[in-house]
Amino acid sequence: MSMNEYKPLIVAFCCNWCSYAGADLAGNNRLNYPADVKIIRVPCSCRVNPMFILRAFQRGADGVILCGCHPGDCHYTSGNYYTRRRMSLLFSMLDYLGIERERTRVEWVSAAEGAKFAATMNDFVETVAKLGENKRLEDLRCKK
Amino acid sequence: MLRIGVFVCWCGSNIAGTVDVEAVSEALKSEPGVVFSTNYQYMCSQAGQNMIIDAVKEHKLDGIVVCSCSPRMHEATFRKTAAAAGLNPYMVEIANIREQCSWVHKDMATGTEKAIILGKAAVAKVALNAPLTPGESNVTKRALVIGGGIAGIQTALDIAEAGFPVDIVETKPTIGGKMAQLDKTFPTLDCAACILTPKMVDVAQNDKIRIFSYSEVQDVSGFVGNFEVKIKKKARYVNEDICTGCGACVEKCPMKKNPNEFNLGMDNRPAIYIPFAQAVPKVATIDPNACNMLKNGKCGLCEKICTAGAIDYKQKDEIIEEKYGAIVAATGFNPISMDKFDEFAYNQSKDVITSLEFERLTNAAGPTAGKLLRPSDLEHPHTIVFVQCVGSRCENCAEKGKEYCSKICCMYTAKHAMLTRDKYPDTEVYVFYIDVRTPGKSFDEFYRRAVEEYGVKYVKGMVGKVSPEGKKLKVTASDMLNNKQLHIDADLVVLAAAIEPDKSARSIATMLTASMDTNDFFTEAHPKLRPVESPTAGVFLSGACQGPKDIPETVSQASAAAAKVIGLLSKDKLTGNPCVASSDEIMCNGCSSCANVCPYGAITYETKEFRMPDRSTKMRRVAKVNPAVCQGCGACTVACPSGAMDLRGFTTSQIIAEVDAICR
Repeated sequence: MSMNEYKPLIVAFCCNWCSYAGADLAGNNRLNYPADVKIIRVPCSCRVNPMFILRAFQRGADGVILCGCHPGDCHYTSGNYYTRRRMSLLFSMLDYLGIERERTRVEWVSAAEGAKFAATMNDFVETVAKLGENKRLEDLRCKK
Repeated sequence: MLRIGVFVCWCGSNIAGTVDVEAVSEALKSEPGVVFSTNYQYMCSQAGQNMIIDAVKEHKLDGIVVCSCSPRMHEATFRKTAAAAGLNPYMVEIANIREQCSWVHKDMATGTEKAIILGKAAVAKVALNAPLTPGESNVTKRALVIGGGIAGIQTALDIAEAGFPVDIVETKPTIGGKMAQLDKTFPTLDCAACILTPKMVDVAQNDKIRIFSYSEVQDVSGFVGNFEVKIKKKARYVNEDICTGCGACVEKCPMKKNPNEFNLGMDNRPAIYIPFAQAVPKVATIDPNACNMLKNGKCGLCEKICTAGAIDYKQKDEIIEEKYGAIVAATGFNPISMDKFDEFAYNQSKDVITSLEFERLTNAAGPTAGKLLRPSDLEHPHTIVFVQCVGSRCENCAEKGKEYCSKICCMYTAKHAMLTRDKYPDTEVYVFYIDVRTPGKSFDEFYRRAVEEYGVKYVKGMVGKVSPEGKKLKVTASDMLNNKQLHIDADLVVLAAAIEPDKSARSIATMLTASMDTNDFFTEAHPKLRPVESPTAGVFLSGACQGPKDIPETVSQASAAAAKVIGLLSKDKLTGNPCVASSDEIMCNGCSSCANVCPYGAITYETKEFRMPDRSTKMRRVAKVNPAVCQGCGACTVACPSGAMDLRGFTTSQIIAEVDAICR
């Protein structure tokens, strides 16, 4: 596979109230971003267990992004604060394991920020595409 | 294994335009568990829904995947369809192939490929769905309206009309809000007080409505149908039940030099005051920062003069606790501060005023008894310059203004200009504008009358600088259409200040856990289809707290919010959200990690007897979730170290199945 054909596999976790709605708004406004991004809806960013992110990498994802409401705006008042703490721990662990820091990201996208959602995804896909395939964490035994 | 049916929607050409729907339904046929797969032009239509119902019966389906628009749009629709087909409504999953696929990808091949993957993820998730039954809760048949402006007044009146008790909480000593300060209203030019004050009296006389004026909401807990609210009734040092509003104390009070908030500080009021003659409730209030008796213990004149004996210097703040089924936010708006707009010399000259101040100047009950006089020397102004969009549509000045259009300024400026020319034909009136925006019934006709009949000079261009020189205000402005600079010696400059949500809105939104946009306007549950509901169940929106609005729009929204509240309060039982956390007692070790992160206090512990493998019994502490209080955020599921806590509808195994399906 040549580098220009390489398409990264991106998993995006979006909270139902802000970021998922932001992604919908990006759609409403027809703001393009790469189809490599596949969104999984969760009620709140704090529903995302760090395990889910490791699982995605294990199964061959090249980048995982987690989107939630802006700090202070969580629909559940404080969920995204938990997210922030949990993810900073996870990310430092990934650092330790030698996984490029740029493959994971936490972004705050509100329901009104369709443009930010599209811009974030464009930027993230570009960043991950530069890094290339995630070979370190992918578990080849999971491949058919 | 479930028998899953897949239904791919074309959404006309919205999806089918960039996604090969035939290929998607074909590809998903081979997914594990899928026994039926089809596509149709409009899945949400009656015919489409019937198609689902028929397929459920014919193929004995027990799980449904609809590949269509966002679940935020039609998840509820398809859940109802499933219920109509005899399935549990929670056996439905939506793959969002419109907003998150066909609308954002232009290429048919990539769109189709992604739609198939999203479909696969939904199939993998629905395979692990379990039937859920929502719990039931009671409804307290009483509504709370936060804010007593025209929005709150109309909402309260409509709710009371339907027979439900309503409480209005207003921070000011009287209800009435901004509309009470206005002189005339566009486009009919009827006087604001003449149409507002009768409504205020209706509120006062309605035995279903209680007014908590000079009060604020301090705490909100609970959930839809069962809110518990603490209201702080601030001490006004006057017994509301006894005060007759005669005004004798107001006349006699010696502390007369306090800025009158109602007239925006353009004149003074005594320490004991009634905001305006038609105030509701019409009772006096003592300003504790101005009253000599309250500050220094000297005076007591009002107590001596009051024949009713209503003055009570020892009155304390009172906390009222009440239960409500529904809450309406009607916190309204304020003009933004002009402090940062140095170019208009607002802080340098008294003769540069805001439009709301102009309203007071022309109001018969205002500081000049309705005569249009310059605030500095009380002389009649001969040249008036109105500046529109001061702080509105400020793309490059976000630090001092707002990006949005404040919507009402074009119309009220036209009104001010027209009224000025009508009353004082010798006055020269200029209006500087970026665009004149007059969409609304009879609005454009109104604006044209200002220009054509009343000869108001509309100039397209921005005012660059206002500099006070002697008695005049030198206005430098650009005339964009004639491409020249204008210099006008004005006597009065009126700034159409942008409007922003009231400062209290953010703390109220936090208490209500209602969401706000970046400008602190309340967010509606859906911008088109649910415009008067907040995303938080049981919280409704009325008036300018949701976005800039004129009076007709505010009143319609207020009535709409009331209709929603009445719909809610008419129910005896509410069904809750069944997607709540639940704990596996066998795995739980009672560590309290979940309760520590729960924002709602939904998790309690109980000690239960467990049977051990060796047939002995053991008492263990285990977590227990109250499904009526749990909102289903899932914070506890991640905090749980033993994996005992899971979230129904978004279980760990379901999310992992989605991840796996996407990464396959």
